[in-house]
Amino acid sequence: MVLIGIQSTTLAVTAAITGVVLVAAALIIAWLIAPRSYTKKKGEPYECGMPTRGDSMAQFHVGYYLFAILFLMFDVETVFLFPWATICKELAASALLAVGTFLVILVLGLAYAWKKGALEWK
Amino acid sequence: MFDFGIVTKWINDLLLGVMPQWLATTIECAIVGVALLLMYSVIAIIYIFYERKVCGWIQCRLGPMRVGPWGLLQVFADVFKILTKELITLWDTDRLLFMLAPYFVVVASMLMFACLPWGNGLQMIDMNIGVFFIAAVSSIGVLGILLAGWSSNSKYTLIGAMRSGAQMVSYEISTGIAMMTVICLAGTMSISGIVEAQKDGWFIFTGHIPAIIAFVIYIIAANAENNRGPFDLPEAEHELTAGYHTEYSGIHFGFFYLAEYLNLFIVSGIAALLFLGGWMPLHISGLDAFNNVMDYIPSPVWFLGKAFFMSFVFMWIRWSFPRVRIDQMLKLEWKYLMPLGLFNLVLMALCVSFGLHF
Repeated sequence: MVLIGIQSTTLAVTAAITGVVLVAAALIIAWLIAPRSYTKKKGEPYECGMPTRGDSMAQFHVGYYLFAILFLMFDVETVFLFPWATICKELAASALLAVGTFLVILVLGLAYAWKKGALEWK
Repeated sequence: MFDFGIVTKWINDLLLGVMPQWLATTIECAIVGVALLLMYSVIAIIYIFYERKVCGWIQCRLGPMRVGPWGLLQVFADVFKILTKELITLWDTDRLLFMLAPYFVVVASMLMFACLPWGNGLQMIDMNIGVFFIAAVSSIGVLGILLAGWSSNSKYTLIGAMRSGAQMVSYEISTGIAMMTVICLAGTMSISGIVEAQKDGWFIFTGHIPAIIAFVIYIIAANAENNRGPFDLPEAEHELTAGYHTEYSGIHFGFFYLAEYLNLFIVSGIAALLFLGGWMPLHISGLDAFNNVMDYIPSPVWFLGKAFFMSFVFMWIRWSFPRVRIDQMLKLEWKYLMPLGLFNLVLMALCVSFGLHF
């Protein structure tokens, strides 16, 4: 649980700060030694040399949205299954039955999505 | 096995002898941070060189050879070069999000990196929900990639980020289920607990058939989650230039590159932790003499050896298979890997609950 008496939360925060420091320090070094130029054409997005047409922050393909929704469903399921997996050894048969029911309902959902064609890439 | 906890405890006692608790904790946190930073950079440098050499070897060439002996200094030259490149800011970008994206990516990989069990008593973050924490933190990386793609205001980056997002969140479920299979067997989520549970044999050997299936699922899913190998659609260079980091230049691009290689190491480390025993030496019950000899090899060597071996497997896959299409990739996850993973989890639960062996 603890390394030399420090809570793991403190250490997690330390690791996060280390990451921020790494990025910030490297950016400062690069800012100090990198050259700078102010050509106007430099700010164009790279689209194979063609002038950009329209805004790129556009609405996007619905296929990705469907998979995001499916992901949400199964990710929540993962959250429910993690604690069960931890104590599955001790609870044995009763927990297995309960989770079996839960999984059957869930797989029914997946089967419905499959049959509806939500898993096809269009 | 030498317990590195003795060393950390000695440092702790030494500090507590001359200063109050809060100051000692602060200094220890600073030491941990510096150690983390050093390991992070060293591993990144080793891995970039490693990948190039393995790639060259698989393609029947030598890899970097000019800078330094066997090209050993090539990576340092590259790092210096990338630092001296101009940081271009584009028109019409969302400046804040554009600057923020590398932080997300690097912090996510740093947090996962700190969770790895380096050796006996050498572990920075050891929570009782360790594996779950890793799974949770790995999703922050997706956020960074989506931000990078969206804020750059270019079509290539947007498509690359969307593909990357779809791929990473999809395959996250499979890695989660493979992790759960191991948790089922170990009966604990803490990383040190999982390592400890593999004292008498690694899970790949003692976990019956479900552990082997979970291992294969984990390798495929982790490869896809890293945007590597046959699943490198987000940066398919002939379609999308470079995917979500097309518009990043200089060291900005370097962060994504860095995080990619570190994620390779982290994923290999987690595979080593879950299936190959973390830092546990190879023990065969009954052969005491053999076990004693294995105990003489220090635990960090074991962990690094396993992680490097797993990375070699990942590189081998990367340079052997052609890239898949996006519909094939999503089909593989949702129609094959995930149902198989769920079935495998139930199988493992049956094994554990009723003591079945097969």
